[in-house]
Amino acid sequence: MFDEPTKLALGLLTGIVFGFLLQKGRAAKFHVIIGQFLLKDWTVVKIMGTAVVVGSVGVYALVTMDMASLHVKPLLLGGVLLGAVCFGVGMAVFGYCPGTSVAACGEGRRDAMVGVLGMLVGAGVYVALFPLLQPVIKSLGDMGETTLPQLTGTSPWPWVVGLAVVGSALLWFLRHGPKRSSQGGDDSAHADAVRKQHDFSAAE
Amino acid sequence: MMDNPFTHKSWSPYVVGAAIGVLSWFAFATADKPLGITTAFENTAALVEKAAIPDFEQANEYYAAKAKEGKSPKVDWEWMLVLGVFLGALLSASLSGDRTTESIPGLWRRRFGGSVGKRFIAAFLGGGLMMFGARLAQGCTSGHGISGALQLAVSSWVFVAAMFAVATAAAFMLYGKEGAQHV
Repeated sequence: MFDEPTKLALGLLTGIVFGFLLQKGRAAKFHVIIGQFLLKDWTVVKIMGTAVVVGSVGVYALVTMDMASLHVKPLLLGGVLLGAVCFGVGMAVFGYCPGTSVAACGEGRRDAMVGVLGMLVGAGVYVALFPLLQPVIKSLGDMGETTLPQLTGTSPWPWVVGLAVVGSALLWFLRHGPKRSSQGGDDSAHADAVRKQHDFSAAE
Repeated sequence: MMDNPFTHKSWSPYVVGAAIGVLSWFAFATADKPLGITTAFENTAALVEKAAIPDFEQANEYYAAKAKEGKSPKVDWEWMLVLGVFLGALLSASLSGDRTTESIPGLWRRRFGGSVGKRFIAAFLGGGLMMFGARLAQGCTSGHGISGALQLAVSSWVFVAAMFAVATAAAFMLYGKEGAQHV
């Protein structure tokens, strides 16, 4: 029922840092998540994009040095696509993703606490229906645990470097590109967000 | 004390993103694990169902399938990760005075009114549907969106593109262009 204590301690430590960062990144807030999907507040894309660019360099370095192995989810197209539809609709209604909803509970948000209970029930429905769901998940084929380099028969490094170049260019554009209505550089975006939160509190 | 970054309410998203990237190196190096949240929810639900319903384990192929993969549900690294996310956010919000007891986010109130019951029902159902989808796809915004994408997994890039498109369409339908003006 329990993993070994060292693993549990490492998981807890990693989680504390992860939760701390999500809260400091303002990702545990409804208006930041929904603001991203309304294409007004690009905080979520900035965080995820930077994490992916920085993460891929180090993780592929660790894998190359044999200090870690890849853990790739299988490309079961039926499950991935149907899952993405349920996930996207659910997230737009809820206003938090799984990690940020747990962080939002730490921040004290009552609606996130209720949503986390719903998430446990959603996971329970999946487990209960597991045998019935298998044909649906496998309906569009199983292409296995494939990465883009494996799919194209190339070395991962051109992909990692390409991702860093394209990702950095996009992130640079988000920071310095033409100003959107309420979107300036980072500092003004922060100031905006803080001011708007005050507006909301004042209105309530 | 004014310069203590831990007491700031927010950090630059680039700093946060880069730190999460480095944290994923740490997770791979120390535990050989990608950052992910929803597996722990599945394991918890599976343990509860097994404990609550006699014969559930025999009746449902789930447990046999997971045992075959060597992934029988238990309290493991991922489970502690989720607990840690809660504690880390609690710590961060407490240090900066960013704790709240809010039940209805401002944008939701503007669009759907001030009923706490309505917001809680939507959060419960939305959270449930989201988690169901995450388990169908075997990952979420962390497991696919960050960990899978940085490993260049094909499944993860497909998931992220499809999920982002659907969530964007759903958000515009739910909150509208008018909502976008108030973000």
